Amino acid sequence: MKDNGESFVTEDGRTIGEVMLDLRDITLRFGGVEAIKSISFDIREGEIRAIIGPNGAGKSSMLNVISGFYIPQDGEVWFHGKKRAPLKPYQVARQGIARTFQNIALFEGMTVLDNIMTGRLNYTKSGLLAQAIWKGKAEREETENREKVERVIDFLEIQAIRKTPVGRLPYGLKKRVELARALAAEPKLLLLDEPMAGMNVEEKEDMSRFILDVNDEFGTTIALIEHDMGVVMDLSDRVVVMDYGKKIGDGTPDEVRNNQAVIDAYLGVAHED
Amino acid sequence: MSADFLYGIEVVLNGLMAGVMYALVALGFVLIFKASGIFNFAQGVMALFAALTLVGIMEGQVPFAHIINATFGTELHHFGWEVPAILAITCTVGVMILFAWAVQRFLFRHLVGQEPIILFMATIGLAYFLEGMGDLMWGSDIKTLALGLPQGGSRWIEDATAGLGGDDFYGFFIDKLDMVATVVAIVLVAGLIAFSQYTKHGRAMRAVADDHQAALSVGISLNFIWILVWSLAGFVALVAGIMWGAKSGVQFSLSLIALKALPVLMLGGFTSIPGAIVGGLIIGVGEKLFEYLVGPMVGGATENWFAYVLALLFLVFRPQGLFGEKIIERV
Repeated sequence: MKDNGESFVTEDGRTIGEVMLDLRDITLRFGGVEAIKSISFDIREGEIRAIIGPNGAGKSSMLNVISGFYIPQDGEVWFHGKKRAPLKPYQVARQGIARTFQNIALFEGMTVLDNIMTGRLNYTKSGLLAQAIWKGKAEREETENREKVERVIDFLEIQAIRKTPVGRLPYGLKKRVELARALAAEPKLLLLDEPMAGMNVEEKEDMSRFILDVNDEFGTTIALIEHDMGVVMDLSDRVVVMDYGKKIGDGTPDEVRNNQAVIDAYLGVAHED
Repeated sequence: MSADFLYGIEVVLNGLMAGVMYALVALGFVLIFKASGIFNFAQGVMALFAALTLVGIMEGQVPFAHIINATFGTELHHFGWEVPAILAITCTVGVMILFAWAVQRFLFRHLVGQEPIILFMATIGLAYFLEGMGDLMWGSDIKTLALGLPQGGSRWIEDATAGLGGDDFYGFFIDKLDMVATVVAIVLVAGLIAFSQYTKHGRAMRAVADDHQAALSVGISLNFIWILVWSLAGFVALVAGIMWGAKSGVQFSLSLIALKALPVLMLGGFTSIPGAIVGGLIIGVGEKLFEYLVGPMVGGATENWFAYVLALLFLVFRPQGLFGEKIIERV
């Protein structure tokens, strides 16, 4: 592991930037239950960071802390070198952190296009009156937003379903639309909560490719939770391992794979022979 | 054409316009319910309060005059000026926005995530609070709303249509106020639809109505949207208050128009703006036609109960209303 500050090159030759998000001694309690016990780790610019662990390890809670859905009782969140005050989820989103959900949170009644357009709401600067008065400016903004959205639609290959109400889509496509909405916001940091849960092999391959492409083409930093170990090892630059709310491992996929604590807690089955 | 048939048409026309008035009230319910899942029992009182405030401002009444006089021994009642209608309406809109903010800040912010029944109970409390507030601010006597809206039957329509039937037919009797209300309602609904389709905040409003969690994740402040929605509902209440107030005076019974909105919502569905309109029209036409055709056989006064019986039938056979989202519970 490298220290804070300077960028470095990973084993497979990818350059990872400075620390973007730094979590320090985060503790989260629900009543008497400690879901997260004093965990620290960082996310660096341009990397794909995976959070893994058995069910109930506190991975989703961790993502919810980052995106502002949960406020930790203890600990600090540093974003771009500044300590972050406790923020509401919408404020976090406005800072350039977009996310998807484990159980998909889409606007079921809207079309795919409208759903993705909501990702651009924060780029619509013209207020209510301005939109009524300076029609020209509002129209220019609208065109720009549409162009960005179209680019995302092309990128994720969902042109065919753009006018379909989301409620009618199959699960795998919904996941992709949710990713598209997050991408439309042009986030600096993208949080993906089990982006491949419940998908078949082919869909998983597609999704993995999209995640890599997003990281590659838009330079988006990505933090993801995933259960499929093969996928995690292939995709991520660095991995955090959690178990019962504690951090038990942190490092490159290779380091984590060979970490005895991780093997015991998570990969124990594979080690039984 | 026979006179009976023409009278039937007149009944339908009047029913349609009565329906518009119902729809105006139902609209306020739909706005809030759609965005926050709160069934706002106070919508009718909001209409009363808005109308009271409008009259009070126009006539230059001193708000809380009674309390002020009792406390300081003064004899204040009027500022001694009269405010033009347009300015008074603008001020009233301001008051309703302030009210929306206060409701959000002091009431519903503390009830986030509570059961719908608790939110509903809170609005009942709100209704009584607001009713008392209206009394306290503007007094409890019956007021007339002198906005200069046209009243009474339209002579022009009556004369123009008098020749259609035989000697028994005197022409259509159409209330001018009802016509104004219809035009206003059309403009209001068109405005609301344009707002929700084409503006940033309108889109955010639709997003919140659809899914709170998803809305948060794209950077929408639920709090702001709820204040916005309550402000819009306040504005709709003001319009309803003006129309109903001009029709039957600004008095306590104005708040009971909310009860007439209930069957409209059962028909139209709680989540659909077009549903509120169509529901209102069906109830309006239905009760007038029923009274005209069946009323004489059962001794009249069917208008008192027809809407509720119709709503009951809908509850049995189509609980989600005409346009409401179908409720499907997955097992």
